[in-house]
Amino acid sequence: MNMTNTEYRVGKIKDAHKLMKRYEYTPQEIQKGYANKTLYINVSDNTIEAKKVPEEIKEKFVGGKGFGLWYLWNGVKSTTKWDDPENEIVISPGPIGGITQYPGAGKSLVVSISPTTGSVIDSNVGGHFGPLMKFSGWDALEIQGKAQKDIVILIDGNKGIVEIYEAPLESLNSHVLAEELTEIFAESEEDKRNISIVSAGEAAEHTLIGVLNFSFYDNRKKVQRLKQAGRGGIGTVFRNKRIKAVVVRYKGVKGDSNHPADVEKIKELGLKLHKEIKNLDKYQCRMREIGTAHLTEIMNDYDLLPVHNYKFGSHKDSNKIDSKVFAKKVVQGSPDGCWHGCSMACAKAAQDYELKTGPYKGQKVVVDGPEYETVGGVGSNCGIFDPDYIMECNFYCDTYGIDTISFGTTMAFLMECYESNIINKDITGGIELKFGNADAAMEVLHQTAKGEVFGKIAGLGIRKIKKLLSEEYGADPKFLNDIGMEVKGLEYSQYVSKESLAQQGGYALANKGPQHDEAWLIFMDMVNNQIPTFEDKAEALHFFPIFRTWFGLNGLCKLPWNDIEPADNNMTDEPAKVPEHVDNYVQLFNSVTGKSIDKAGMFLQSERVYNFQRVFNLKMGFGTREHDIPPYRSMGPVTEEEYLSREERYDKQLKDLVGVNPNGMNTAEKVDTLRKYKFEQYDKLVDAVYKRRGWTENGVPSVELMKKLGMDFPEVIELIGEH
Amino acid sequence: MKFLQKDEALCVQCHACEDTCAQAFFKSYDREKSSIKIYDELREKGEVINVCNQCGECIDICPELAIYRAKNGVVMIDKEKCVGCLMCVGFCPTLSMRIHRGFLAPFKCVACGQCAKKCPTKAIEIKSID
Repeated sequence: MNMTNTEYRVGKIKDAHKLMKRYEYTPQEIQKGYANKTLYINVSDNTIEAKKVPEEIKEKFVGGKGFGLWYLWNGVKSTTKWDDPENEIVISPGPIGGITQYPGAGKSLVVSISPTTGSVIDSNVGGHFGPLMKFSGWDALEIQGKAQKDIVILIDGNKGIVEIYEAPLESLNSHVLAEELTEIFAESEEDKRNISIVSAGEAAEHTLIGVLNFSFYDNRKKVQRLKQAGRGGIGTVFRNKRIKAVVVRYKGVKGDSNHPADVEKIKELGLKLHKEIKNLDKYQCRMREIGTAHLTEIMNDYDLLPVHNYKFGSHKDSNKIDSKVFAKKVVQGSPDGCWHGCSMACAKAAQDYELKTGPYKGQKVVVDGPEYETVGGVGSNCGIFDPDYIMECNFYCDTYGIDTISFGTTMAFLMECYESNIINKDITGGIELKFGNADAAMEVLHQTAKGEVFGKIAGLGIRKIKKLLSEEYGADPKFLNDIGMEVKGLEYSQYVSKESLAQQGGYALANKGPQHDEAWLIFMDMVNNQIPTFEDKAEALHFFPIFRTWFGLNGLCKLPWNDIEPADNNMTDEPAKVPEHVDNYVQLFNSVTGKSIDKAGMFLQSERVYNFQRVFNLKMGFGTREHDIPPYRSMGPVTEEEYLSREERYDKQLKDLVGVNPNGMNTAEKVDTLRKYKFEQYDKLVDAVYKRRGWTENGVPSVELMKKLGMDFPEVIELIGEH
Repeated sequence: MKFLQKDEALCVQCHACEDTCAQAFFKSYDREKSSIKIYDELREKGEVINVCNQCGECIDICPELAIYRAKNGVVMIDKEKCVGCLMCVGFCPTLSMRIHRGFLAPFKCVACGQCAKKCPTKAIEIKSID
């Protein structure tokens, strides 16, 4: 018998599978975007059951993140820790998720209690899993419990089975694991496209910043590609439950698999946007050509690209990692969407990339083109302007299951600690962790994946590292709090917000922690000065975070909302909101569900879930004003070095805004005076935002608001009453 | 490569080609179901006949590999693989990929030549080039 090595290896892996539980079901036909059933799996005792989705829950939570929050809320107690068996991972795509005609309609939303924040985290991710799971009959997958041994879960939507296997031999790292499981569960070469896999990686066992990889089969490259639910360590929870992977298999995706109320309208809207992208993307964001990496040079030009742990906003070497460089390295002429019909196609990849380090050194692999967040995070913010390092780091972070944003921001923080003599070679295990040292950063990444040497510390995330350094190594906690770029325990994403008060709020007030998916207001605020007063900023911080919540309720990607704009968008009343596209979304929702909401109804859906999430934070012991305070590094110059790097600007601010004469003040005095002013401004902003949102001065949604929104569940009202 | 060659100057806008195509492929009298289109209003611009020139750009657009070039050079759609995303319709450089109410998948000219046989002025003719 002539067997390839892969066939032999995969055969061994499959032979070692031990079926622990089989559950048979009749897949629900989707009705207007909903399966109306959710799948509950408890991996402690292998319980598998279907739950009906009540109409009230659809009405109030819509789907996606809304469903995730609701099921998690009911699954955990206020005392639940991330590694308790009752913590859940909930995955849900939302009612629009899975349509094939409109770009960006394949997102899954993942919700859990986070290892780094201790509160509720949500992360959105592309790949085929969410829609294929829905077409298999499930609006959400709720996983609770903790397995005794490593397991793989299979959902086969054609056969109507859910199976749990003990799975001892699979590799942990996602790029290998996804291939192995695809070989095992695909019934033929042609069937591989019907498989999607959720997995973590070996780093998820040793760090608190583990990601979940969601795969999509790339028909051209004939390989499973990976997209990441990156934020907040959900991959760490996944491996703590001893799950190696969840596999879905569903064959038969068509333009009406979602059984929408009006497929013709969806075709019309999708076609309109395809044409818009075809005609205008090349002049606007170049998503098809280079993806989000087009942002690097823009951010550098506006002093917004994080450099050296957000000390600076630009760097002379940033052209070494700009979009032109990556366009040559990774694009290879094929724009890829992460779900069917996404003509925005921001995913990029390079084939036959030869790895230079680590356990797969010398192997040729498919590497994904780095997103802007990765370029900024592991690149410029660490002072590393080496595109090959960024690609290799990106690859290893993905396959190990590490969040590139948290890894980059944490590494930048550690490098500043090293350069400030807070940590030294005794602590790093001999590694010279200076800004710009790509070899050092790569070594730490490999150590982090294995939980060895300095990697044990690096994988903890900034909040826990700050505590460790101040408690065990005598570091000054005030300085660490100033330079450690985290709020609520989540590391910042990659924008310098020092000159935009609104963005400081956009980050620090965000429900899950400082991720820019709630609000990106820097240009509106800093560049265009469209929101000058506190009330203007508060209005923006009311509207945008709530509006943007809506994408996550419906399984949609935010990018096709405003990373492509109709040609006449600037002639509209509110170009920042891209009114025509918002109108598309209202029509899409109605065309799928058969309901008839308008823009106000859309906003109401989001406002309900947004406020519910705020109260969820409260339930977990957070969610009040003291948890919304940013590190000063995100607001102004912490050090004299930083002040002097923009001395003219800051002196002018002292004179014009604070009303003091900087002449005659020494730099330390200037730093202190500006700092006091900036925190006063931030406090006033928070007052204005809370007021606009209908929250108390302590940041708690009022009982009246929750009643008005119809979210006055008894436990919600009780919690609010306690505050 | 087999394709339908057109000569706009010869077209008398009788629409016989549309009727033939809709009949041949969908047994329909609805001209909207024809893969070849006669745009009366574009006469002046010399763009009266719109039909696929088999350029194959849609082959690269389709992530499902549902569009392929057959042995005779004609660009074909594999309806089994097609998920109805309509990207090929939106991105066709000549806007010759069609979609119609009631259909989830697009359709296009396959250079069968039925319409050319009915054309009274030889404004359209099947050609083959290497």
